Amino acid sequence: MNIQSPPEKLKARDFATDQEVRWCPGCGDYAILKGVQNTLAQLEADPKNTVFVSGIGCAARFPYYMETYGFHTIHGRSPAVASGVKLANPELDVWVVGGDGDMLSIGGNHTMHAIRRNIDLQILLFNNQIYGLTKGQYSPTSKIGTKSPSTPLGSIDNPVSAAQFALGVGGTFIARSSDILQKHLPEVLKRAYTHKGASFVEIFQNCIVYNDGAFKHFTEKSIQAEMQIHLGHGQPLLFGEDKSKGLVLNREEMRLEVVTLGENGITESNIAIHDETNLSLATMLAQMDPPDFPVALGVLYAEPAPTYESAVHTQIEQATKDGGTADLNRLLQRGQTWTVE
Amino acid sequence: MPEAAAIERPEENRQEIESAVVRFAGDSGDGMQLTGSQFTMTAAIAGNDLATFPDFPAEIRAPAGTTFGVSAFQINFGARKIMTSGDLLDVLVVMNPAALVTNLADVKPNGIVIADSGAFSDRNLAKAGYTENPLENDSLEGYRVVKIDMSRLTVEAVKEFGLSNKEALRSKNMWALGLIYWMYGRKRQASVDWLEAKFAKNPDVAKANIAALNAGHAFGETAEMPAELGTFDVEPAKIEPGLYRTITGAESVSLGLLAGSLLANLKIAFCSYPITPASALLHQLARMKEFGVVTFQAEDEIAAAAAAIGASYAGSLGITSSSGPGIALKMEAIGLAIATELPLVIINSQRAGPSTGLPTKTEQSDLYQAVYGRNGDAPMPVISVSTPSDGYEVAIEAIRIATKYMTPVMVLTDGYITNASEPWLIPNANDTERFDVNFRTDPENFQPFMRDAETLARPWVKPGTPDLMHRIGGIERSYDSGHISYDPDNHQKMTEVRASKVLGISDDIPEQEVSVGEAGAKLAVIGWGSTYGPINRAVSNMREDGLDVAQIHLRYIWPLPRNLGELLNSFDNILVPEMNTGQLRTLLRDQYLLPAEGLNKVNGKPFLIGELEDAIRARLEK
Repeated sequence: MNIQSPPEKLKARDFATDQEVRWCPGCGDYAILKGVQNTLAQLEADPKNTVFVSGIGCAARFPYYMETYGFHTIHGRSPAVASGVKLANPELDVWVVGGDGDMLSIGGNHTMHAIRRNIDLQILLFNNQIYGLTKGQYSPTSKIGTKSPSTPLGSIDNPVSAAQFALGVGGTFIARSSDILQKHLPEVLKRAYTHKGASFVEIFQNCIVYNDGAFKHFTEKSIQAEMQIHLGHGQPLLFGEDKSKGLVLNREEMRLEVVTLGENGITESNIAIHDETNLSLATMLAQMDPPDFPVALGVLYAEPAPTYESAVHTQIEQATKDGGTADLNRLLQRGQTWTVE
Repeated sequence: MPEAAAIERPEENRQEIESAVVRFAGDSGDGMQLTGSQFTMTAAIAGNDLATFPDFPAEIRAPAGTTFGVSAFQINFGARKIMTSGDLLDVLVVMNPAALVTNLADVKPNGIVIADSGAFSDRNLAKAGYTENPLENDSLEGYRVVKIDMSRLTVEAVKEFGLSNKEALRSKNMWALGLIYWMYGRKRQASVDWLEAKFAKNPDVAKANIAALNAGHAFGETAEMPAELGTFDVEPAKIEPGLYRTITGAESVSLGLLAGSLLANLKIAFCSYPITPASALLHQLARMKEFGVVTFQAEDEIAAAAAAIGASYAGSLGITSSSGPGIALKMEAIGLAIATELPLVIINSQRAGPSTGLPTKTEQSDLYQAVYGRNGDAPMPVISVSTPSDGYEVAIEAIRIATKYMTPVMVLTDGYITNASEPWLIPNANDTERFDVNFRTDPENFQPFMRDAETLARPWVKPGTPDLMHRIGGIERSYDSGHISYDPDNHQKMTEVRASKVLGISDDIPEQEVSVGEAGAKLAVIGWGSTYGPINRAVSNMREDGLDVAQIHLRYIWPLPRNLGELLNSFDNILVPEMNTGQLRTLLRDQYLLPAEGLNKVNGKPFLIGELEDAIRARLEK
C-alpha cells in the first residue's frame, strides 16, 4: 500500500509541459506564458481541475504548453467551447486564451455572449493589434493606417477598443495588463481567477515580427511612468514620476482630466479615487489614450453578479425537486394515452 | 345565402369504409392545427390506425384571408394499417375562400368539400383571387359541396357566454370539428375534457368551445344535414395490444435522446439555435430539466455546435440540432469533433433548400451534406429517421454509436417527420440494453489517442481526473500521444484510422433486411427517411397486383449495412425514390457500381402512394 505524502506545492515550472514552445524568439507570448504559470503556482491551482481552451492564432497554441487539461479548438469559437465545458462541469477552472483576431473578429460574437452571460471563465485576450499566424494582416484592433499585406496603403477601418467592448456588453470584470509587466500581470490574473463570472483581461502583447513596438508609446521604460496609470480600488488615480500627476473628474463636462499636483492649487484631495464598481468611471478609464492620457492598467471594473452556469443548475435542481424522481417511463406516457386490448 | 336542403337520415345508414382522408384548412388564426390534433386523438381512441400531416405557413400570422396564410392539417385514419397521411382527400373542410383555392386540387373526384359559407365574403373572395363566389357557380362541379354558414351558427351557439363577435368566431373550428365527429360517428368526450383542461383558467371560453363543438355535432345529428354529406363508420384497426399515445418526430427524437443518455449514464447538454423546423426539439428538451438535461440556446449555430463539443469534452453528452442552413454553419465544428474524436450527436431536421429555401416544407436533400459535407477527409456516421415514432430508437442508436466509437453522429430527420404524428406503442424504457460509458481514469500507460483494438475508439477522459491531464486540438496529432504532429506519414495513418473506425461500425449494426417482398425480385425500391410510408404502401399494393417488387429501407446511411451491396445485386433493377435530385442514388452507385435509377421529387410535399405505384408499374409492365 502506498503511503500518501502530502502533496508538494507546485511551482511555476510544474505547470509547463514537455512540449517545445514554438513562438518566435522575443514574442510577448513567452512572458505571458510565464506569468500565467507563475499565477497558477501562486494560486495553488489544481492542474487536474484546470482547463485551457483556445481558438486559432499564435496565442491559441497556449494550451499545448500548460500541464493542465487543454483544448485547442477552431478559429474564434473558444468562448463557445469553454461555455459548453462550464455548462457540463461548473467545478472546473476554465481559462480562455486568444488573440485580437480570434476573439474580436471571427469570434467577436462568442466573446460578446460569453461575457454578457457572465459565464465563470477567465478570458485572456492577447492584443498585439495584428494577425500573426496568417503572416501579418491588420486586425480589428489595428490603428487606422496600419500597413500590412492586405492593406498596402494603410488600413481604413476604425479599431475596436477591447475593454470598451467588454464593458459595453455587460462584463462584470474587466482588467488590463501587459506582457512586459511581470509583477503586475500575475496580480491582475489572480484577481481574474478569484472573480466569479466572466473575467475579461486584455493583455497588450508585442508581436516582434509583424507589429514590433505597437505599444512602445506607453510601454517603453523611459515613458512608462508618464504613460501608464496602475489602478487600485479605493486609491487615488495618480501616475507619473513620483506620482506627481493625477486624474480629476471634470463634473461639468463629465470627463477625466490630467492634472499635476501642486499646479493651479491641485492637491491629492482633488484627485479622483478609483472605484471598481463604477461603470461610468471604468468606461472613462478605458477610453484614455496616449499622448493626452496615460493607459489605464489593472482592474478597471469588477462588479460580482450570479454566473450563468449556476443559474442553469439552480433551475435543474429546482425542477428535480418539483418533479420528484425523474421517471422516464412516466414521461413516455405523459399526455393523452389509450389502451388497445 | 341559402343553406343547403336538409333531409332526414337515420343513424343506422352509416356507410362502412376502410379508411378516410380528411383535411382541415383555414386561416392561420382559425385553429386548424388544434382541430386536426383533436380529431387525431379521437380517431386513435376509437382504435383506428392513422397518420397525420400538418402543413402551416412560414409566416407566423400572415394577413388574414390570404392564400399564403392558409394552415392545414391532414389525417388519414382507417381500419387497416395506415402508412401515409393519404394521397387524395375524401373530405376537405375549408374555413375561407383562400383555403378552398389552395387545397381543392387535392380532393378526390366526387370528394366532399365542406365550406364555411359565412366566410365567403366579397373581401375574402378577392383576397383569394376569386372574381365570383365558387360556392354559387358551377366551378365546383365534380365535388360534393356542402355550404354551411358555420360562422353564423357558431356565433348563435355561443351567444349565452357574452363573448364579442370576434371571440365567438374563434370557436368555429370546434363547430366544424363537431360536424366531422358526427360524420364519422365519433365521441366528443376526449375533446370536451381537453377543452376544459386547456381553458381551465378561462371557463367561459371553455364552455363556448364546447357549445360550438356540440352545436356542430347536433347540426348533423338533428338531421339538418344536406343530402350531399354521407355518414361513415371506420372500424378499429388490428393493432398490437398495449398502451398507446400519438407521437410526432420531434417528440420521439427528444425522448430517444433522453432515453439514450440515461442508457449511457450521461447527462445531456443540448445546445441549439432556433430554426424551423428543428426548434421543436429544443422546446421539448427544455422541459426535461428534472432529468438533469441542460439546454443552451446559443448565440448562433456555430456556438451551439461548439458548446456541445465543449460539453462532451467535459464529460456530458453534447448534442446540437438544426436544419440544413444551420448544419452548414456547424460543419467546421463537426470537423473538430471528428478530429479530436469526441462524441457528439447532431440532429438535422431537413427542409427544402438551398439557402433559406422553403423553411416549412420538407425535403431530404442534406444527405450529401451529412456524408460528404466537410473540409478534409472527415468521415462521420449518419443515420436516418423513417417515421414519426422511429426517432426514439434512432436517437438511442446515435448515442450508442457516438459514445462507443468516440465520434460525432448525424441523425437525419425532416420537416415532415418532425411535425407529423402517428400512434406509438409506448415502449418500456427498461427493455433497451444499457451501454454505460466508462470514462478512462487509469493513468497506467495512458495516451490520449491510444485506441481500443476492437472499436478503434480513443479513451474518453473527463477533465478533473487526476494524473490524466492532456491536450487535444484540431491540428493533426500524433497517433498515440495526441501531440501536434506535422509528420506526413502520421497524417496518412491518422486519416486512414479515422476512416477505418467509422467503416468498422458496419460490423456493429444490423444487416439490411428487406421490408416488403424478397431478395431477388425484379425490382427493388430502396429509400431512406420519411419516404418509408408511401414506398411501403405502394410496394405492398403492387405486390397484391402481382408485380415482383420489394422494398428496402435504410436506417444507416453511413456506413452502409455490410450486406447491402450483395443484397442489391440480387435484384434486376433498383429504383431510388427520394425527395431530392438523387443523393442516395449517388452513394449507392459510388459504393456498389450499381445502375440505380432515381425517382425524384422536390415540391416540398411527401411522395404520394399513387406516384410510386405508377413508377413501379412503368418499370415492371413494359
